[in-house]
Amino acid sequence: MDEATADGLRIAVLVKHVPDAQFDRHIGGDHLTTVRSESILSELDEYALEAALQLVEAHGGAGAGHRITAITMGPAAAVNAVKKSLQIGVDDGVHLTDEALFGSDASATSRALAALLEQVGPFDLILTGMASTDGETSLVPAQLAERLGLPQVTFAASLELTPTDDGWALTARRDNDTFAETIEAPLPALVSVTDQINDPRYPNFKGIMAAKKKQIQVLSLADCGVQADEVGLPGSWTRVEAAEPRPPRSQGVIITDEGDAGIRLVDFLAGQKLL
Amino acid sequence: MTTVLVFLDHPGASLAKGERELLSLAGSLGDVAVALADDAEQTYLDGVGSYGVGECYRPDTEVSGVLVAGKAAFLAEAARTAAADVVLLGNSYEAKEIAARAGIRLEAGVVTDVVSLDGDLVATKADFAGSYTVDCRVTTERAILTVKPNSVDAAEAGTPQAPREIRVPVGELAPAARITGRVDKPVSGRPELTEARVIVAGGRGVDGDFGPLEELADALGGAVGASRAATDAGWIEHSAQVGQTGKTVAPQLYVSVGISGAVQQRAGMQTSKVIVAINKDADSPVFEIADFGIVGDLFSVLPQATEEIRKRGL
Ligand SMILES: Cc1cc2nc3c(=O)[nH]c(=O)nc-3n(C[C@H](O)[C@H](O)[C@H](O)COP(=O)(O)OP(=O)(O)OC[C@H]3O[C@@H](n4cnc5c(N)ncnc54)[C@H](O)[C@@H]3O)c2cc1C
Ligand SMILES: Nc1ncnc2c1ncn2[C@@H]1O[C@H](COP(=O)(O)O)[C@@H](O)[C@H]1O
Repeated sequence: MDEATADGLRIAVLVKHVPDAQFDRHIGGDHLTTVRSESILSELDEYALEAALQLVEAHGGAGAGHRITAITMGPAAAVNAVKKSLQIGVDDGVHLTDEALFGSDASATSRALAALLEQVGPFDLILTGMASTDGETSLVPAQLAERLGLPQVTFAASLELTPTDDGWALTARRDNDTFAETIEAPLPALVSVTDQINDPRYPNFKGIMAAKKKQIQVLSLADCGVQADEVGLPGSWTRVEAAEPRPPRSQGVIITDEGDAGIRLVDFLAGQKLL
Repeated sequence: MTTVLVFLDHPGASLAKGERELLSLAGSLGDVAVALADDAEQTYLDGVGSYGVGECYRPDTEVSGVLVAGKAAFLAEAARTAAADVVLLGNSYEAKEIAARAGIRLEAGVVTDVVSLDGDLVATKADFAGSYTVDCRVTTERAILTVKPNSVDAAEAGTPQAPREIRVPVGELAPAARITGRVDKPVSGRPELTEARVIVAGGRGVDGDFGPLEELADALGGAVGASRAATDAGWIEHSAQVGQTGKTVAPQLYVSVGISGAVQQRAGMQTSKVIVAINKDADSPVFEIADFGIVGDLFSVLPQATEEIRKRGL
């Protein structure tokens, strides 16, 4: 993994393997961590994969020497997030797995991912989802940018690259509540994308067959020069002390409109002192 | 004594409700100082001082022209200068990212989406889209917490007076992304979604016409929200979206109108106090979480309800 960047863009897409939100999700075990069953590629990372594929297509396509690498960190099964990415169309994959990573919070996750990216890079562009659908903190992309000293372009709702005299520059749009911003940065940069940016493609038969021949590199913490106590539970700066499932909402009263439902709604609101 | 530093962003003419809540929470924990990245009006500063804030930390150089990195570097320096034990921020995406980066600089743990905090600094938050309640503790000496609006009651303000200004050096920044353009969005005049007591939210069933929802929202003094189907269709601003990739809200009353209730939508609203659902399909999953559900056509139910509220003079 050491071709010169001059030949084409080298893009890393960070993908996470997460519990499927369509099923009940649980926190458990001695250290109150996420129970990993019924897991999938985080839906929000599909937008980052699609953004990478579209950038390559917009700048010469397959023959232009660009390369997209899907990267994940997690237990053995997490490699499935990389496999799905290969089917969707990225070129190769990297899986960082190590028992010592168990229980990592955002700071420890960003510590390990930063070392991994330095080990397998350099990359011109690092793309991530806007949030993982399990942790949902959106801390990891910002922390990675801080650790790697890269320009941070997060929550991008659009993304374009233009060649410059000495490399590439990017332009993105970011939506806040009361205003929209235009963001510009030179590459290398770290970009997280929202679900507004594109419509992700699904793997097709050809992609699924092609994925079988693509390489996945498996690395340990030692391969990235990270000590076991810098990550996982000992390396995390936060700790979960208690986790309780919320009682499910009990179903209330359901009525069918017989011409007076609007009035009955107001009666209900009045009864609840909500008017 | 605990020292608490509150980060205030995008100062308006006076303190916003969420800012008053943060300052009140900080006051219940110890001595309060604020970090303010941008210039603010005198009325705003007087308001800050009215919450017993003695010091206002300011950057020695402009930090807002680059995305997140500048404010994070400033906040970290301010926290060091103030010797803050706890740093509190709001819970916007931007605030969480500033917290994230300041956390790396200060080697401090960050907990986001906090809804309550005990004297021992154990922070409570919801996880898995509101299906779990989790208690977290920061294990580093300094704790950084982003707090959701409506989580604490704002205390009464005291006498307005500007806090003492202290400039902190920000130092060299690593290469950063520049903000090169900014377009303001139209303001609706209705309450802010995350602060609203009542939200009337519409989905694909609204079929392009938010009129009946706006009228009910106005009769109830509420905000208007939407599902992604409705924002994707362009019927309403993206900032109105409630759900996994939109706002997470927990109002006293959430009226779900013409929304089927997909997991991603529920993720943003299922901790609302009371949920009312109006949908013409009796099998819609939204009815599983509704306290009061109406199987019916929104275009007849909503106008009748709005009319009835007006008639009762409420
Ligand atoms: C990664 C990802 C993130 C997402 N994030 C979000 C998010 O943040 N928020 C969100 O909301 N969704 C989100 N979604 C989309 C979500 O999965 C659903 O597709 C979406 O919520 C559906 O919106 P809806 O309920 O308005 O539309 P539909 O599912 O089409 O439902 C419309 C409903 O309106 C009812 N209806 C129609 N006409 C009437 C009438 N006249 N009167 C009464 N009822 C009527 C119908 O019976 C139906 O139940 C996300 C999806 C993905 C993949
Ligand atoms: N363990 C992980 N492996 C790979 N990418 C990750 C991991 N954790 C977080 N990310 C990336 O960071 C983004 C935001 O995650 P989070 O900060 O956990 O909400 C995700 O969308 C991923 O792109």
